[in-house]
Amino acid sequence: MHRFHKLDKMTSTRCAVCKYFRRRCPPDCIFAPYFPNDNPQRFTCVHRFYGASNIGKMLEEMPVQLRADAVESLYYEAKCRIQDPVYGCVGIITSLHRQIQIAQSQLAKAQAEISFLDANFVGVEPTSSLSESLVQQNGVEHDLDDPFSTWFY
Amino acid sequence: MRSQEPRSSSSCAACKFMKRRCTLHCLFAPYFRADEPKKFAKVHKVFGASNVTKILNEVPEPQRQDAVNSLVFEAEQRLKDPVYGCIGAIASLQDKMFQLQHDLAVAKARLARCSTRTSYPSCSTTSPFSMLDGEFGMTSFDAFVVDQGCGLTTELRQHPFP
Repeated sequence: MHRFHKLDKMTSTRCAVCKYFRRRCPPDCIFAPYFPNDNPQRFTCVHRFYGASNIGKMLEEMPVQLRADAVESLYYEAKCRIQDPVYGCVGIITSLHRQIQIAQSQLAKAQAEISFLDANFVGVEPTSSLSESLVQQNGVEHDLDDPFSTWFY
Repeated sequence: MRSQEPRSSSSCAACKFMKRRCTLHCLFAPYFRADEPKKFAKVHKVFGASNVTKILNEVPEPQRQDAVNSLVFEAEQRLKDPVYGCIGAIASLQDKMFQLQHDLAVAKARLARCSTRTSYPSCSTTSPFSMLDGEFGMTSFDAFVVDQGCGLTTELRQHPFP
């Protein structure tokens, strides 16, 4: 009876990772806070692409307060890769880039139209401050351009 | 003869990294050239060789180069930002997109105001610009992200994770 009671206790408190590997879940298990045993799919999804040992190493190398977000991001990326095995979440990034380029182009045209109207129409309120602020905000500050322009265009 | 397969004259970066013989039919050889050792090292550190093998085997051969490129990019982003990886980049791009949408809405409102208040009689027909297509021809950003089906919409708008 004592043995079964101990087994029940171990089984009910194992995290999803230790349950997956059928091992004892120690009190200081690094995975336990982020992979509860009531959501095994979360771990299998992440494990499929990264592997438990890589995940463990990543978590060990970062402060405890950031680990929850790190696991969430790994989970999102793994879900993206399941949905799109070729591009994963990189497909979303390239699409966002395209949409931003389209939006910037449209904004530039709108700014030019506003400037034209300002220059040619009588009685229109000054718009220089708005136009200038829109022009200043037109640039996209990120360092993600080069890989995509080389690979996908 | 110990092996039936001829020895490759030059091991690919993956086989060099893993210190194994690179065969003629090596899965990694077309995508991890010997002169790009860091490329495989990054992918190996984040995903591991066996996971990369599984991923490539699940993808049709014509699309494997793109798959490798995306894995390399994801690995680079993860190494650069161990907490958020690519998700941080997506959140940043979404923020910029929302700002652009706001700016476009402001510009559109201003143009509408200009066209109703101006004293120029035929401004809408003589303007050299013809970009006013209702919503500027943009698709709804929310619809796009939802269509990706990865649940990255409202959460990422405020903060990468709730």
